[in-house]
Amino acid sequence: MRIVVGEGSCGVASGAKKTEAALAALLAGRGGGIALEKAGCVGNCYLEPIVDVYADDGSLSARYVHATEDRAADILEGAADDLLISGEDAAFLTQQERIVLRNAGLINPEKIEEYIAAGGYEALKKALTQMTPEGVIEEIKASGLRGRGGAGFPTWFKWDAARNADAGGGAKYMVCNADEGDPGAFMDRSVLEGDPHAVLEGMAIGGYAIGAREGVIYVRAEYPLAIVRLETAIAQAEEKGVLGEDIFGSGFGFSIRIKAGAGAFVCGEETALIASLEGERGMPRLKPPFPAQKGFWKQPTNINNVETFANVPFVIREGGAAFAAFGTEKSKGTKVFALAGKIKKGGLVEVPMGLPLKDVIYGIGGGIKNDRAFKAVQMGGPSGGCIPAALADTPVDYESITQTGAIVGSGGMIVMDEDTCMVDMARYFLDFTRKESCGKCNYCRIGTKRMLEILERITAGKGEDGDIEKLEELAVKIKDGSLCGLGQTAPNPVLTTIRYFRNEYEDHIFKKKCTAHYCKALIRYEITDACKGCTLCAKNCPVDAIAGKVKEKHEIDQGLCIKCGKCEDNCKFGAVVRD
Amino acid sequence: MFAEIEPVMEKYAGVPGSLITILQKTQEAYGYLAEDAIFYIAQRTGVPASKIYGVATFYTQFRLKPVGKYILMLCKGTACHVNGAAGIEEAVSEHLGIADGETTADGLFTLDVVACLGCCSLAPVMMVKGPAGEETHGALTKDRVRAIIDEIGAGEKSLKA
Repeated sequence: MRIVVGEGSCGVASGAKKTEAALAALLAGRGGGIALEKAGCVGNCYLEPIVDVYADDGSLSARYVHATEDRAADILEGAADDLLISGEDAAFLTQQERIVLRNAGLINPEKIEEYIAAGGYEALKKALTQMTPEGVIEEIKASGLRGRGGAGFPTWFKWDAARNADAGGGAKYMVCNADEGDPGAFMDRSVLEGDPHAVLEGMAIGGYAIGAREGVIYVRAEYPLAIVRLETAIAQAEEKGVLGEDIFGSGFGFSIRIKAGAGAFVCGEETALIASLEGERGMPRLKPPFPAQKGFWKQPTNINNVETFANVPFVIREGGAAFAAFGTEKSKGTKVFALAGKIKKGGLVEVPMGLPLKDVIYGIGGGIKNDRAFKAVQMGGPSGGCIPAALADTPVDYESITQTGAIVGSGGMIVMDEDTCMVDMARYFLDFTRKESCGKCNYCRIGTKRMLEILERITAGKGEDGDIEKLEELAVKIKDGSLCGLGQTAPNPVLTTIRYFRNEYEDHIFKKKCTAHYCKALIRYEITDACKGCTLCAKNCPVDAIAGKVKEKHEIDQGLCIKCGKCEDNCKFGAVVRD
Repeated sequence: MFAEIEPVMEKYAGVPGSLITILQKTQEAYGYLAEDAIFYIAQRTGVPASKIYGVATFYTQFRLKPVGKYILMLCKGTACHVNGAAGIEEAVSEHLGIADGETTADGLFTLDVVACLGCCSLAPVMMVKGPAGEETHGALTKDRVRAIIDEIGAGEKSLKA
């Protein structure tokens, strides 16, 4: 028997390490027979901590959810049936199609043997011993794999360009972009934490294809666990000889090192990432020359995202056609999404490209938290946009999502309900891009600031006639006048919210109303007849704006109220409402 | 002086492109990048101090001021924002009397509002970076975040006693 505790970042945050320690302590007193292991995140983040029990034949005999440390003994005694995953929650996984996440949550990411036992490094062996570099690129072309970092550029094309680039006798580089900077996206973190070898194998295959002997993983410093697991994985791969010199006796050598990023969203852009790798401020450079011609240290460099690399071993091992069997005509394969926000079942979702949005949100995600009304889904983060509930039939593929004004992006999918103010969301993203603009281009540096000022004015109840038009004008100019993707896409959250939720902008500006009851300047707190006169609200009001006798309905003096919301937080009867 | 980063200097000072790594290791050793540390790195690497300052101020990870013993990394990613991170920040600020980037007078806590910690399904989230490592707390409420801070504070008090 084998017990596996899910220890991705979300599992750990939910107490998985404590559960593991409790299980270990109990098992220590029992004698052998039961192995205790850890794995990455299986994807049901909302059910963490998760403990899996495997029978001796390797089959999963039980999956316990919300398995906190105090239930460790019950799990070992078989007295934790109340924690067994429900059929509905199990369906969260069975409705998915898992290529990238094939091993996530199933294997121990700190043991290369488990990756190899699951077919790992077979693809690298096949590539090195049975295929030419051109053959590898052909296979990737046949698969239709496109960059999973956001832009959706065909992977084979980039590899081919890097392969054909003249290195002038110097080196070529294979770089993995693991700088997952999009707030609200965590696919890459989970892959790195749960299946780091898949990324290493993909990079080595890519290195062979383009003729690079050196790989660099540029990973966010905010992901300490991912960095540790990658370091362990690299050391084990070197020891096994699947990284290093003369891999599988092919004569091909490949090494990988890690470079921790230092926190800059713009470094997701290829040329900025390269500047950062070189120890500089991460500011984008003019293209051409493209990284494939002159990249890291002015040498031919290919950059792909974590998820793209994690797909590569599958494509090589199973063949491009097997991958292309999933998806739509132009968007092949699967895509991993990080489903979060106002959703019942948040977590990692991998589905074939082309599945309608509503199947992801309602089918897999179980619908909206607290059964509120679904308003919109944000895709592509600060570069993307908000897709309204009315377009929930939109298939999730590059072309269809781009048509809505959003982008597939790296895979963040934030669900919003009726309580989310769309003008505030636009303000939120502009606040982000304004801070993250590197400052090189005037339009991006100053334009995002001006847009933010207008949005702040609108949400503060000081919007004016003409503001929407000003935002639209600025948006077009920022898109045209910016060098890199950050500036070119920064206005998207504003443009999509204006396109689909213009009425909310107009309510803020002309009626001075926030229909989502979110923007503080535009709401009033009121006490309803549900008030029992418990006096808690009055006691907690910092400005003594609430008056009333014990056991009688209280009143808020609107002139004194500073809208801090403490009355609402403290009311046990839901009697304080926002209007 | 700067003996703690001598091994780092020996390994990286002469390697092109290592400035960010050196700054990260220096901050790891001292908690922040002091002015004299920047001049020392300039002298050892030959990179002008002005350029080091430029790099240090470009990336959000680097701090030019000392930080508290515990860094409260409060996530304001999209999922956290949608799930009420603004209210959590207010509660922390009010509870400790500090704003984003500031440190409490007793040198115990620094509030650091960050873009995203990648634990979106547990939103709102906060990572506490202390001497014993990082710990992430999810599904925060105003009460819970206050309790987490008080618990750390109480632990520190009993340490002193």
